[in-house]
Amino acid sequence: MTATAATAATTAPARSRTVPAWVWALPPVAVLALAFLYPLVLVGRQSVTPDDGGGVSLDPYADVFASEVFRDALTTTVWLAAGSTVGCLVLGFALALVIAFVPFPGGRTVARFVDVFLSFPSFLITLALLFVYGSVGMANGLWTDVTGAADGPFHFLTTPWGVLLAEITFFTPFVMRPLLAAFSQLDTGQLEVASSLGAGPARIIRQVILPEALPALAAGGSLVLVMCLNEFGIVLFTGAKDVTTLPMLVYSKAILESDYPAACVVAVVNIALSVGLYSLYRVVSRRAGA
Amino acid sequence: MLVHSRAGKRATWAVFLLLFVPLFAVPLLVILAASLATHWSGAFPSGPTVERYAAATSGDSLQALTTSLATALAASVLALTLGGWAALAAASLRSRGRRLLDALFILPVAVPSVVVGLAVLVAYSRPPVLLNGTRWIVILAHTVLVTAFAHQSVAAAVRRLDPMYEQAAAGLGASPARVLWRVKLPLLLPSLTSAVGLCFALSMGELSATMMLYPPDWTPLPVQIFAATDRGSLFTGAALAVVLMTSTLLVLAAVSRIRTRASYR
Repeated sequence: MTATAATAATTAPARSRTVPAWVWALPPVAVLALAFLYPLVLVGRQSVTPDDGGGVSLDPYADVFASEVFRDALTTTVWLAAGSTVGCLVLGFALALVIAFVPFPGGRTVARFVDVFLSFPSFLITLALLFVYGSVGMANGLWTDVTGAADGPFHFLTTPWGVLLAEITFFTPFVMRPLLAAFSQLDTGQLEVASSLGAGPARIIRQVILPEALPALAAGGSLVLVMCLNEFGIVLFTGAKDVTTLPMLVYSKAILESDYPAACVVAVVNIALSVGLYSLYRVVSRRAGA
Repeated sequence: MLVHSRAGKRATWAVFLLLFVPLFAVPLLVILAASLATHWSGAFPSGPTVERYAAATSGDSLQALTTSLATALAASVLALTLGGWAALAAASLRSRGRRLLDALFILPVAVPSVVVGLAVLVAYSRPPVLLNGTRWIVILAHTVLVTAFAHQSVAAAVRRLDPMYEQAAAGLGASPARVLWRVKLPLLLPSLTSAVGLCFALSMGELSATMMLYPPDWTPLPVQIFAATDRGSLFTGAALAVVLMTSTLLVLAAVSRIRTRASYR
């Protein structure tokens, strides 16, 4: 598969004397336009075309914006995503730091283990949490065994806090992965020099490692923010009636209610939110020197 | 190399384990334990059984596994070709064109996968191209979703490349094609393999877009797991999940064997 990309791209600089460089960018752009941009345009068009066949109208927007469900979904989506991102950045940086710079036997296995986490369908985390903190799960089982109470104290799974815990668990590896890649290219000689010049661990982290890690942190953080805004599996699986996010609303409108114009309206709002925040984040992180 | 004293190292590792084990290892172990249990109503699962694995590796479930593997393979190869090509083409553009191309290829990350599923469903359920109800609509959606990741990791690696190497090769008379093939691609190989591994893993675990558009005869494993757990068979779902994780891990292990001297550690 490497070879495919290679042969495709090998010819690019070779003929750049006769063909301008941008011509070589056209084929992938054309494929992307057909597979992705054209469908998005159709979603936009569908969102202003109500089912009753009255031509173009903004009625679907008015209907959706007026609904309580939509406004709840919007606030829930935003604060869950922001909270998860902060949690992932802090936790991911701390864990990656230990794996890379305080090496311990089995550290590579742990790094590999983190990679496996990326292959989890996200809702599996919720499934696992059901076994751990669910009403008949491990934690509540231990509690009732020890105290003899009829009921355990853990009931947060069906609240937004359960989703938050699942999202932090699931998305932290997305921060760790680029960080570990960046750390693996950091020459350890730099750390030894800083250390022998008398810098303590905190100072080395702040002045040597953090600047190197900023691009990876920015990349990982922005990725996680947007992925949390767009997360579907975890919320679907929580099965809580009072936790509805925008992607969940798109699914239930389109597949369960077959209300395509409304689904497309929510989709457009979700796209605007995600793409807007993502662009803002990229601009800010570029200004910050990442 | 960051913490030198023995006590400091021990303390660091203890904190690491305290965070890592409950958050990451326990969920994995719990799924593994549940897949081997018949019921779980106390602190620990009970009634060990391997029957679920017999069911999880035959019939519909086996077909779901091969469906997932085929989809992920097709999607990650297509995504690496598309994303890698775009990243390398962007590198030879001026900064404005490069930024535009990068933004265009990162867009699928920003768009929710449920919406990608909805968009592909809306667009390819009508003429001129009718893909709805075929496996191609699933592969198309997966490719769109993972291309951004392939492009992002290859583009980041291209930016990190030290231009000295290619300048030296070019200065010694190598043609641009030869520079790309003998200098840039070997240096990029770790990123290319990690990109393909990431794409494969993401496609194997993709649920949201798939839920919007899978046809009955092309049911990937995550959908099968969701179907099982949704009808209350949590333990069957856990067994299927272990099958999914194991097969993904085997493929990732195979991919990560491709290494070069370009990475230090």
